[in-house]
Amino acid sequence: MSEILQLLIRPLGETILMIAASTLIATILGGALGILLFALSQDRFAGKYPGALLLKRIADRVINMLRSFPYVILMVLVLPLSRLIVGTSLGTIASIVPLSIAAIPFLARIVESSLSEVDSGVIDAAISCAASKARILFAILIPEALPSLISGLTLTMISLLGYSAMAGVIGGGGLGDLAIRYGYQRFRADVMAIAVVAIIALVELIQWAGSRITSRIKAAR
Amino acid sequence: MFHAKRPEEAADQALVAHPSHHTPHHGASFTPIGAFPKDIGDSHTKKIELAIRIDRVSKSFGNHSVLNEISLDVPKGNIHGIMGKSGAGKTTLIRIAGLLEKPDEGSIWYEGISMPVHELYGRAMLEARRQVGFVFQSFNLFSSRTAAGNIAFPLEAAGWPREKIRVRVEELLELVELSDKADRPACRLSGGEKQRVAIARALANSPSMLLSDEATSALDPETTRSVLDLIRSLRDRLGLTVIMVTHQKEVIRRICDTVSVISGGSIVEQGSVAEVFSNPISEAAQAFLKEDDEKEYGYV
Repeated sequence: MSEILQLLIRPLGETILMIAASTLIATILGGALGILLFALSQDRFAGKYPGALLLKRIADRVINMLRSFPYVILMVLVLPLSRLIVGTSLGTIASIVPLSIAAIPFLARIVESSLSEVDSGVIDAAISCAASKARILFAILIPEALPSLISGLTLTMISLLGYSAMAGVIGGGGLGDLAIRYGYQRFRADVMAIAVVAIIALVELIQWAGSRITSRIKAAR
Repeated sequence: MFHAKRPEEAADQALVAHPSHHTPHHGASFTPIGAFPKDIGDSHTKKIELAIRIDRVSKSFGNHSVLNEISLDVPKGNIHGIMGKSGAGKTTLIRIAGLLEKPDEGSIWYEGISMPVHELYGRAMLEARRQVGFVFQSFNLFSSRTAAGNIAFPLEAAGWPREKIRVRVEELLELVELSDKADRPACRLSGGEKQRVAIARALANSPSMLLSDEATSALDPETTRSVLDLIRSLRDRLGLTVIMVTHQKEVIRRICDTVSVISGGSIVEQGSVAEVFSNPISEAAQAFLKEDDEKEYGYV
């Protein structure tokens, strides 16, 4: 048993690293993209810029395209990009690149829809308070949408956990890789079981933390 | 469209009506079309200073025309009611007056601003918005903030330093009698408290005008009365000009000085509340005043 646990430590660390890094990158880039998508779709934010509609259409197409790629194919397609960014196309660090690329459009949509759900009356009120558009977005809309944004982030992390299990394909580590190499290729059902349990435990942990933060925010309101 | 006009009212009442089919600014005492007059009135009456001029404003959404060349002047210090059935265009009118919507045609003028305010942009637009406070039917408080946080927002937006904001917010909370609820999250206030916070927020930048879109419609009769009394006392103390859109007769009766009746996107009648209520001329006003009178007598 302790041998199996020994086996588990490194892949667990790798999985956590992949999820944490790609979530961070996706939060920054996907969050920014989501805010942009929301602003472009709202007359009150982008109404008078003639390029807004075109830009929004292009962004929509690109996001839909990225989201419709099966992850395993996306992973192979971005190999050259990984090499360019992190210097290698193989391994755990390299697999952060496709994970981030999968998560950015996903999170962008979540941010866009969370912001759209904020009552338009609240935007009216913020406008009538003579606030600039940037202030309305960052000081009102994002705090108003925070519970929904956190739920969306939780969802993103859980999806990423699923994707990260495929990292083994490009020589990345992690729990999924452990399960395949030991459980499938070496007929070690016990290792596979432990790896799967670890993944389930991680999902539970992420969901629990996300729900807890969301309900805390809501309870304080 | 039927325009009932009372020739005698313009002289004495602090309201200057110019329905669309009449020349809006006739006579020597009126400034030329498209300008904001310093004051309006002729030699027989006391001079009337305007807070806002709405000049032949039209607005449609798609093919649906909502406002049809509406003109309205509201003198400083007045509480002016705009009443009409739902769908008459009241909300669109007040939203245009409060710079939340742009008119398709026509112009909006605020006292002290030398160009139509709806054409402003950037900093100048923000400055114009600070001249008017807006309160909504559904309060529209920021649920992520406390009562004090809501009131602080317009001051933050105006770039006030933190310490001055704190003092001003305290002052405003006192003004609406909610000093004890400062740190309460906005969602946990009662309806009446929410609207008081919304009023304090609207008044944070010391606007000269307060616009209300059905501010009391979501409140019970007793709370409605207390909010209305608050608005009137704020007008008296701060010299505000107030425009209240409402479908509730009691709102007009209780606090308004003058009233416009809107029907089908046009003003069909206006005058002092006493006149319009005792002797309505237009069909719309008659129908409006007849409507479930019994139900409302309990309120007033």
